[in-house]
Amino acid sequence: MTTIPARAKTAAPAAPLALLAELTHRCPLRCPYCSNPTELARVAQELDTATWARVFQEAAALGCLQVHLSGGEPTARRDIREIVRAASEAGLYTNLITSGVLTGETKLQALVEAGLDHVQLSVQDAEPGSADRIGGYRGGHARKLEFANRVHEAGLPLTLNAVVHRQNLDRLPQLIDLALELGAGRLEVAHVQYYGWALANRDALLPTRDQLEAATATVEAARRDLRGRLVIDYVVPDYYAKRPKACMGGWGRQFLAVSPAGRVLPCHAAESLPGFDFPNVREVSLREAWEHSEAFNRFRGTAWMPAPCQGCERAELDWGGCRCQAFALLGDAAATDPACVLSPHHAVLSLAVGAAAGAGEGFTYREPRKDPRHGGPMAEASEGAQG
Amino acid sequence: MDGTAIPRLGRGMKLREDKTRNQWVVMGPERMFVPDEIALEVLRLVDGARSVDAMVDDLAARFAAPRGEIMTDVVAMLDDLTAKGVVTA
Repeated sequence: MTTIPARAKTAAPAAPLALLAELTHRCPLRCPYCSNPTELARVAQELDTATWARVFQEAAALGCLQVHLSGGEPTARRDIREIVRAASEAGLYTNLITSGVLTGETKLQALVEAGLDHVQLSVQDAEPGSADRIGGYRGGHARKLEFANRVHEAGLPLTLNAVVHRQNLDRLPQLIDLALELGAGRLEVAHVQYYGWALANRDALLPTRDQLEAATATVEAARRDLRGRLVIDYVVPDYYAKRPKACMGGWGRQFLAVSPAGRVLPCHAAESLPGFDFPNVREVSLREAWEHSEAFNRFRGTAWMPAPCQGCERAELDWGGCRCQAFALLGDAAATDPACVLSPHHAVLSLAVGAAAGAGEGFTYREPRKDPRHGGPMAEASEGAQG
Repeated sequence: MDGTAIPRLGRGMKLREDKTRNQWVVMGPERMFVPDEIALEVLRLVDGARSVDAMVDDLAARFAAPRGEIMTDVVAMLDDLTAKGVVTA
């Protein structure tokens, strides 16, 4: 009689489509809604070039078609050119998600030659003074515009990623104009998602309902007028939604992320969830992490779902919403996302909207944890591997 | 798009084989399209050199179908792909 290993009893999950490679948490900008965890990884913890190259090969073999090279600021890495080349050689469609402020003409040309397919550039606002204040980086906006022009001249497709909130949403028409001026083929209008740094700044960032309705009308009109010229991605923010979003297309269904220190995550924010032992690419293959780790299987499918998700006709449409939001707002990652009207805790969202109304505009900027042995994030960038 | 137009793939668009899922895909910025069999036949002919007329000639010969019908279908498909940014002329 033979013993069948437990894993052989369950079919392998469908293959992921995309890998988010968070190459570093270092970044010259200090956006108060940064999606990095509040506990930032240090440079000494970062994966080396050869490990990333192996991760890209494993991702392609697993079925990933594209990689998003992100951070922090991915170009803060000295080996960004080798990393882009490794991703491209693995056969992945290679997207650089960048603030643009660290990439001059020479570096951009090197990335193009290394096989970069697409650039996604963040902007903080359409108005330079406000943009620099939100990003916490003086002169940043002007450098972004120069970078965007260089991307266009290099023949690369450009997506402009505008993170929107109360303090810039009124300038959405100008952000759309900016996307057109810069030759972007695509504009992503991304409402802030409130966990981590953004949750700490929620009162200063949550838009009003009037702002939201105006923005939605602006997007609808622009989509009509600019059809064939500019693709606009836009999703209504959770705080004004009746149903949750299918976060990441469902936990462990289409997407995986690798953190700067090598942890394999179902979403880039999941690292902040307590009670998880996330697999690390230093110890296991990406396939092992994707198919067999407890972390990926915990919220996969529908069996884990509580009421009212269990048996809901939308269970396989929204997959219970966002685990990180459930934890951030309710302290329970296994709860129904409170963005759903059927959640018994749906009122926490409207209470937050009420609390933010009339609140101040000051930010808690993203900063590395104070440590006397280290300077700021850019000090680490210039010190290389000493950090 | 008319018969003399010369379509090419849009900026950043790549037609490639997805061996894991046994299909062809058009990869683009944050977008992926899975063309059906007919769209795939059309996309394979989009090379930035061939005109729509030449594409239709090729397809009409290979599929033994009336040229007029094929022209109507191909132009409609290319217009749709253009609106999505997959193709430009």
